[in-house]
Amino acid sequence: MINLNPSTSAHPAEAGHHGQDVRSDLQVAVEPRDSGGLEITLESRVGLYYGGSILSQTRQVLESLGVKHARIAIHDEGALPFVISARIETAVKRGGLGGNQKALPEKIALPEPTPRDRLRRSRLYLPGSEPKYFINAALHGPDAIILDLEDSVHHAEKDAARILVRNALRAVDFGHCERMVRINQLPLGLQDLTEVIPEEPDLILIPKVERPEQVSQVDRMIDELKSRDRIDRSIWLMPIVESALGVENAFAIATASPNVCALTIGLEDYTADLGVVKTLDGRESQYARTRLLNAAKAAGIQAIDSVFGDVGDLAGLRQWGENSRALGFEGMGCIHPSQIPVIHEAFAPSQGEIEKALKIVAAFEEAQARGLGVVSLGSKMIDPPVVERARKLVATAKAMGTA
Amino acid sequence: MSDRIELAQNAAGRSVPAMVNGRPQIPFLGVGQYQPRGRKAAPPICSSKDYPENGDKRVANLETALRNCGLRNGMVISNHHHLRDGDQVALMALEAAARIGVKDLMWFPSASFPSQKGAIELMQSGVIHHIEGSMNGPLGDYCTQGKMRGMGVLRSHGGRWQAVQDGEVHIDVAVIAAPTADAFGNADGSHGKSACGSLGFALADSTYADRVIVVTDNLVPFPCVPWQIQGNNVDYVVEVDSIGDPAKIVSGTTQITRSPDRLRIAEFVARFLREAGIMRNGFSFQAGAGGIALAFVDYLRRMMKEDGVKARFVRGGSTKFLVELLQEGLTDYILDGQTFDLDGVKSIGSDPRHVATSPFTSYNYHGKGNFASLVDAVVLGATEVDVNFNANVVTHSDGRLLHGIGGWQNCLAAGCTILAVPSFRDRIPVIIDEVTTLTGPGELIDVIVTERGIAINPRRQDLLDAVKGSRLPIRPIQDIKAEVGRICGGKPARPKLGDRPVAVVKWVDGTVLDTIWQCA
Repeated sequence: MINLNPSTSAHPAEAGHHGQDVRSDLQVAVEPRDSGGLEITLESRVGLYYGGSILSQTRQVLESLGVKHARIAIHDEGALPFVISARIETAVKRGGLGGNQKALPEKIALPEPTPRDRLRRSRLYLPGSEPKYFINAALHGPDAIILDLEDSVHHAEKDAARILVRNALRAVDFGHCERMVRINQLPLGLQDLTEVIPEEPDLILIPKVERPEQVSQVDRMIDELKSRDRIDRSIWLMPIVESALGVENAFAIATASPNVCALTIGLEDYTADLGVVKTLDGRESQYARTRLLNAAKAAGIQAIDSVFGDVGDLAGLRQWGENSRALGFEGMGCIHPSQIPVIHEAFAPSQGEIEKALKIVAAFEEAQARGLGVVSLGSKMIDPPVVERARKLVATAKAMGTA
Repeated sequence: MSDRIELAQNAAGRSVPAMVNGRPQIPFLGVGQYQPRGRKAAPPICSSKDYPENGDKRVANLETALRNCGLRNGMVISNHHHLRDGDQVALMALEAAARIGVKDLMWFPSASFPSQKGAIELMQSGVIHHIEGSMNGPLGDYCTQGKMRGMGVLRSHGGRWQAVQDGEVHIDVAVIAAPTADAFGNADGSHGKSACGSLGFALADSTYADRVIVVTDNLVPFPCVPWQIQGNNVDYVVEVDSIGDPAKIVSGTTQITRSPDRLRIAEFVARFLREAGIMRNGFSFQAGAGGIALAFVDYLRRMMKEDGVKARFVRGGSTKFLVELLQEGLTDYILDGQTFDLDGVKSIGSDPRHVATSPFTSYNYHGKGNFASLVDAVVLGATEVDVNFNANVVTHSDGRLLHGIGGWQNCLAAGCTILAVPSFRDRIPVIIDEVTTLTGPGELIDVIVTERGIAINPRRQDLLDAVKGSRLPIRPIQDIKAEVGRICGGKPARPKLGDRPVAVVKWVDGTVLDTIWQCA
């Protein structure tokens, strides 16, 4: 039986957080009723300055959600407007109101689509339920930010995070960062896609991928949503391999869709799957990482390393990153802004490497100009793959601003 | 207090009372415009004949000491704040005054702290008439709610010295908490179980007050060495079990901020000093003990090492971070105004290159110069900054008292004054059209560093030129303000302030810079 009268199924509900230690968030309690219009009460840390603005925003949001009769109680801790809309919408929907309506915040100009092979040294994870980290994330200069809907979000908050992340994609200026979203494992992840794809993120991270079919499923869903909304820019895929089976299937996963631009590995889950302890030198995951790397390269895409979990150990991070680059990885995940510059340094070619590469490229160009088939530098003959590697290194260094 | 208070407009365009606590005031005339003539105030002449020949000035308790000092209704009683939130002596003295039946005192602390909220009861019972000194937390609310009988007067550390020296405030009885003292009254702060480092804030009180009482929990046989307070100025010595709570006198460890946004601000400040060429051999700087300031020192230290640069002196508030600079040979001296943590206390007590200073040497504007203007760069905070670089450090945007002025105003005399502030706090923009309370005139404020960029005062073309071509995000202040306005969802409404003055902000020369108005 479908209940056609929403007011009879509507019930009181809450969303968001408040309290002395909460920043940039708010709690909204909605109590639906059959008549009497809207009754809004507001307590706000910034009430003196934005009380009027919060009240009028609340009315607008409720109107766009079709809520006409309800008591609304708001405890605000200085939340920004896109957070206010998201929390109200979540509370309304949890209360069985709002239907399929959305209360979308004003959209800022969409940045240029990102190229498939763009620099992806660092990608900063932002828990999808913690709005206070969103607004300044780009200032710390990661190559990408990840709005995370998966592991950093409690299962009871998945609906709230989805709406908040959707609003953030519309309203927050992430500057030069590639805008990534990590969805949940399928099938929950498909619901995430419905909410976030219309806001055109640059890349979707798919967690715990073990088989190519999982990638195809996500890819199809994105295609459907894109054609429905007439989106014609690329939305890249980065599958996260986090199990022994996933590692075995790495090449099939990497080639499951032309939209896969990179493959990455989640070592916490992988080591748990193996039943081993994750160590600082990572010897227990050496095989998995190199296997994944080889699969990615064979598929012509980027290989990106896991996160380094100890935020306090920047020296350990640097060592891990340098080793990671030496293996052939092109970047890592970050869980704190302080990791970003360390990772960028670790993945930057050294001055010596750059100088040598520049010399090789110069020698190659000189040989070309003189019509010579063989390139030589000093007494050494330079093979074509060496020239190719040198050209790549110079291009990378230029992109990083080090050459 | 009468409800009708005559107001005058000062040179900064602010309405200020013409009369404060029965004394006529001079409205702020502009930076450097007010130069009074005349002679300094002085305490009465005393004779050794009236003091014990054996030098033993001890009396049994504070009541006796206060009675012997002739404390009467309406007098001024002072304290220093070197024991910070751990201080027990100020309330001990005020309660002793209550016990001997004295009323209507003006309490004149060099700063007050939340643990001294007991002063509210003493105001309600009539023992204290009003407070002239910083008032925060519950005391600040009491004042801004208009409950105090007199008007609050906020002065900088240098301004407090100036007011005492110029005779604007006459201290009848100074009660000085001393972590170590001898029976003659020589006293020092660097040793003892309640050690707090320098006692510089008590020097004006000890030299200008009519009567001086030293209260100690660590009495040593004569001589107390070193002595920062000279016993020759002291009338009585009182021994007590404890002058304060050591855990709250100094912090065990001062913490660098862990907020990535604040670290970014700190790093920008350090890079600014480096790229503007201020960080060079023989330079000097001052930074406080706030999270951003500490992180700034840490970044600067790394840059100084990288560039092989050494400072001639650094000014404290000393902390572990300044002490490390000294120990690593990155500075020749610490000139210390107050000591914030255990490392600082240990260092000032043992290292002759860590020198205690006073508001007289460091900050007093009515002197033959002061150290503040010799400092190349100073890093300060603020609650609000306006587009003309005027800054507020004493009130919230709603007009409630939040901080004392401390040395902040005095430090504006440095070669380069930098305010390190987040661009917004809890959705409230920090850069606004006009500050709620003017504490520092924009012409003395050179650089605003936020996590979103660095604004340089257009008056400082030299600084603009110095960092031209650097990779620092130098932006017009209006530009940063506009960006934050977009993030915060428009301009905040301006809270309506009351129309009754409850306190005034003095400028370093004793003129009245602005007014604190009664809030609901």
